[in-house]
Order: sequence, then structure tokens, then C-alpha cells
Amino acid sequence: MAAAVIIQNLCKSYGTVPAVKDVSFQVDHGEIFGLLGPNGAGKTTTIRCLCTLAKPDSGSIEVGGVSVLEQPREARKRLGYVAQEVALDPVLTGRELLELQAALYHIPKQEAKQRIEVLLEVLDLHSYADKKTGTYSGGLKRRIDLAAGLLHQPEVLVLDEPTVGLDIESRVVVWDFLRQLRASGTTIILTSHYLEEVDALADRVGIIESGLVIAEGTPSALKNRLGGDRITLRIREFTSPAEAEKARHLLSELSCVQAAIVNPNQANALNLVVTPASDVLMTIQQSLQAAELPIFGISQSRPSLDDVYLAATGKTLLDAELSAASSRDLKAEKKQSMR
Amino acid sequence: MSGTINTSEPVNVQAKDIYRSREPIASNGFADFIQETLALTKRLFIQLQRRPSTLVAGIIQPLMWLLLFGALFQNAPQGMMSDDLSYGQFLGAGLIVFTAFVGALNAGLPVMFDREFGFLNRLLVAPLASRYSIVAASAIYIVALSFVQTAAIIGVNGLMGAGLPSIAGLGIIALIILLLVLGVTALSLGLTFALPGHIELIAVIFVVNLPLLFASTALAPLAFMPQWLQVVACLNPLTYAIEPIRYLYTHPQWNLSSIVLQATWGDVSFGTSLGILVGFALLTLTAIQPLLKRRLA
Repeated sequence: MAAAVIIQNLCKSYGTVPAVKDVSFQVDHGEIFGLLGPNGAGKTTTIRCLCTLAKPDSGSIEVGGVSVLEQPREARKRLGYVAQEVALDPVLTGRELLELQAALYHIPKQEAKQRIEVLLEVLDLHSYADKKTGTYSGGLKRRIDLAAGLLHQPEVLVLDEPTVGLDIESRVVVWDFLRQLRASGTTIILTSHYLEEVDALADRVGIIESGLVIAEGTPSALKNRLGGDRITLRIREFTSPAEAEKARHLLSELSCVQAAIVNPNQANALNLVVTPASDVLMTIQQSLQAAELPIFGISQSRPSLDDVYLAATGKTLLDAELSAASSRDLKAEKKQSMR
Repeated sequence: MSGTINTSEPVNVQAKDIYRSREPIASNGFADFIQETLALTKRLFIQLQRRPSTLVAGIIQPLMWLLLFGALFQNAPQGMMSDDLSYGQFLGAGLIVFTAFVGALNAGLPVMFDREFGFLNRLLVAPLASRYSIVAASAIYIVALSFVQTAAIIGVNGLMGAGLPSIAGLGIIALIILLLVLGVTALSLGLTFALPGHIELIAVIFVVNLPLLFASTALAPLAFMPQWLQVVACLNPLTYAIEPIRYLYTHPQWNLSSIVLQATWGDVSFGTSLGILVGFALLTLTAIQPLLKRRLA
């Protein structure tokens, strides 16, 4: 059986700005594939190309064996799309929106009625169905949008940042719902810049950075590939660069330490990669004590998805987010999303 | 309610029940087109019903024109505008056309807001039989709205002493309004997809609106204008909608060869006027095709 979604050498520029340089990945039937990366990395553009909202400059996209570029209408029938920014008509009620959506997918009226009932029930929307969507809270809007995306029973559900702006409780409920959908055989592609979301949900992850897929695999395989444990060491609450450098030099000499850097974004804390062993922390403590350096805090952990990101890009996702945020052109982004 | 999702209630329907059958829905091009067009039109009418201010304003505004602008020239000597007409009677036809014109010029605004708020994307990811259903829905909506406004003006104008055209005359008025609205709606939708946002669209509407009114025969007859304005007015499609309607009001006897306007380029018959309006509608509808194809393909 062919993969549910195949994207090959996708390339898309807006003007002279390349949004997606070369993106390829496959998504198997019934899996959740997470596209992880900071804002501006090219996630949304990839999704827009997949959902026929943007025309790629080059590359090919297939959904359920149908070429998105050659048979867009057939591809649209197979795709359910839940956009990043929920676009609801505030004047329509939730039910009216779903009825409109059903007609746009040419679902016969009776059938549509039954499907809407089921979706309202599953997403616990019954008490709001006949209220205008303009009065909905953020969580409700997400749910009605999710319902709209599922109405035509798509083979592949595509969600762009499905839980952005939701409180933790609502996010967990959305996650559970997506897991249930997967269990019922739906293929799901989601983008996220939340590490924990991808870690919790995705069977496989593609890390995307500056328009390129720089790593792909299951979260655990990606982490295991890194090897070594992570240690974060803070000499003081706010360590001076000189002192941090001194400690780094000292600890680099230890045989169990594979790599050590000073992280200026964490008040000059030391990030160490160490060979996993029970006495690592002790060795480090003794070494610092001998050099008369204090310890404000020290923690050891297995590699996280953020470490995978750090290893692949040289910066943490948070730092990438921050630098992306300062260089974003929101007006240009809005223009790209308009047709 | 808060944004949290209530999980405490027992839910007996589950996510797997969403997929009732994996049978694909058979598609049938034309029936699909009708279904989506009707659904999109229905949305516009629901909006109108819940936010009727556009319609109310759209009816009040021309009536104010009729009342106030008519009063302004009330003391103009009888027959100054044309034979045996009070200014109020003269103005009626112009206002019918102008109102329909303004309504159609605004047709693009809801679509522009859909573009800006991302609702259009919802329509574009759907497997529409043809994306012209979006255009068709706008046209149906605006035509219906214009008919309501026209009826209101004809009614009030009648009460004010202008009389009522015959049934056939009303039919012709409807046809004229239909043609003009189709042409202008196409123009407005073209602008909607050519301009970057609603601010620009509103600006263009503002700029186009009144000059086209003044440079037509809505407020004064051709004979009243300097030569250059006469030339402009004879290039203005509004003139060819106004004059036949005015002729209907003043001549109980009319046929397609009746001369309704002595244009700068020659006499224009009833039939020629209708032909020009058909040509105008076809021209604008064709002109926006490449743009719509590019945006909606």
C-alpha cells in the first residue's frame, strides 16, 4: 500500500524569499506525523501547498495516490484541513457553519445531518451548536473547526498548530481526541512548535528549519541517536562569563564529559553531554569543589526532543522562536495567506 | 464558558463513530455546483437577516436622495429638465439605477473580508465543483438585494406622484437592473481580487461612486451639460440604464425602437440601450476571468 502522503522535493518561494527550499517526507496510513520547527521555518507553507492553497514552484505532492497538483479536486476530497487561525463566520451558528461545510463537500442533506449530530456529540458541542460562533471561546472555536475538518471523513487530517493559544487542559483533550482518530485509522499531519505536543502525539517527527527537513524519525529514535545524557549546571544564579568559562575548561578535562558549552541564554549555565553512568554527578561535584567553585543547581536528563533540535540546528527551539519573532514580517505573512 | 473542554460527562459516541462509512461521495458536476452555490448564497442571506443594517441603509439612502435632492430642485421651472416633468419625476429613474449600481459596486466587500479573515481559504480547500460558485452566490445575492431596493424606490416614487410603469415596464426595469448589476458586480469582484485589502477597495468605491453619478443622466439631462460632459455621460453605462427606465415612466407607449436618448454619437433606441447593457455585462464578466482564474484556480 502506498503511503498516505508523499511530498517530494517541495520548493516554494514568495517573491524572492524562499519559504520552503527542499522538503520531502512520507506519511504512512494511520500514523500521526509531526512537523516541528520554529515560526517561519516553512511548516505552514508546506501545509498550504499540501492543501492546494498554494502552488509549489517545484516538487510533487501525493495524497492517497492522487497528485495534488494534477488532480486538486480529488486531493481536496481526501484532505481535511484545520487552519492555524480559525476562520469562522461570526454571524453563523456552529450548526449553520457545519451545514455550509457539508454542502461544500457535497454531502447529501440527510447524511450531513447525521454526521453533524455525531460530531457535535463527540466534540461535546451540543449545547453551543445553535449559538453564533462569534460568541465562542477559543477552545470552542477550535472544536467547531475540528468538526468542520472532519465532516467529510477525510483520509488525511491536516492540522496547522492545532493547540496554539489553548490552555493545557484543552490541549490534552485535543490530543486525546487526535489519538482516538488515529486509532480509527485516520492519518494525521500536524505542525507544531510545541516540543511536548510533538513528543506526546507524533509517531514520527520531521524537524523543519529554514525551509529544509533536517531530521526525521520517531521521537525516541531521534533522541537515542544523540547518545549521552544532558547535564545542566549552574555555578551561580547568574554566572559571570569568566567563571563559566573556567568551569567549562575544568569539566572538559573529565573523561565522562563528551561536550560542554556555556549557554548565554541560560545565564551562562553549562550544558554538558556526558556518558551515562551513575557517578557522573558526583564526579562533577568533586571536580568543582576542588576548584572552589560553588553549585547553584545541577540536573541530569536523557536527551529531549529539544536536544535533538539543538544538535541539528545549533540552537534551542526557544532561541529559534525568539530570533524568528524579531524578524517576522507579519504583513507579508498575511499577504501570503490571502488569495 | 471557558475554553476548557468538559470531559467529566460520559460521552457514548466516540471518535471512531465519526467515520460512518468510508464510501466516497459520488460527484455530479452540475448538481454539486448548484448545491454549493445555494449553500453560499444561503450564508449571505443569513448574514443579511442577522445584520440587516446594509439593507435598511440601502433603502433609506435612495429615499433620502429622492426626498432631499428632489426638494433642492423643486422650484426649477416645470419642463426645464425635459417635457412636462417635475424634478422628482425626473429623478426617480436615476435613483433606481444609482442605487442598484452602488449595491453592486459593494458586492466585493463581503468577499474581501472573507479573503482577509481566511474564510475564503475554507472554501478553497473544499472540493468545489467550480469556484465560480463563489462568484455566482455573490451575484445572486446582490441581484436580489437590488430588486428589493428598486421595488422600494418605485413604490415611494409612485406615492410621490410619479405613477407606476406597466407590468411589462416593470419586467424591463428588472431586466435592466439585472444586466447592470451583473456587470458592476463582476467589476467589483475583479477589484476585490486585484486589490490588497478592504481599505483599498473602499477607497476605489468612494472614488468611482459619485463621479459616475454626476457624469450620467441621473441628475440632469444631457442637454443641461457642457459638451465635454455630454461625451463622458454618453460613455457611461449608467446612462444607458437610466434613459430607458425614464422613458418607461414618461411614455405609456414604447417599443424597442423608441428613441430614448439623443447621444453625442447618435440616436439611441430602447433596444440599443439594452444591447449596450448586455455588452457591458459580458465585457466585465469576460475581463475578470483571467484574474479569477489566477486567484481561484
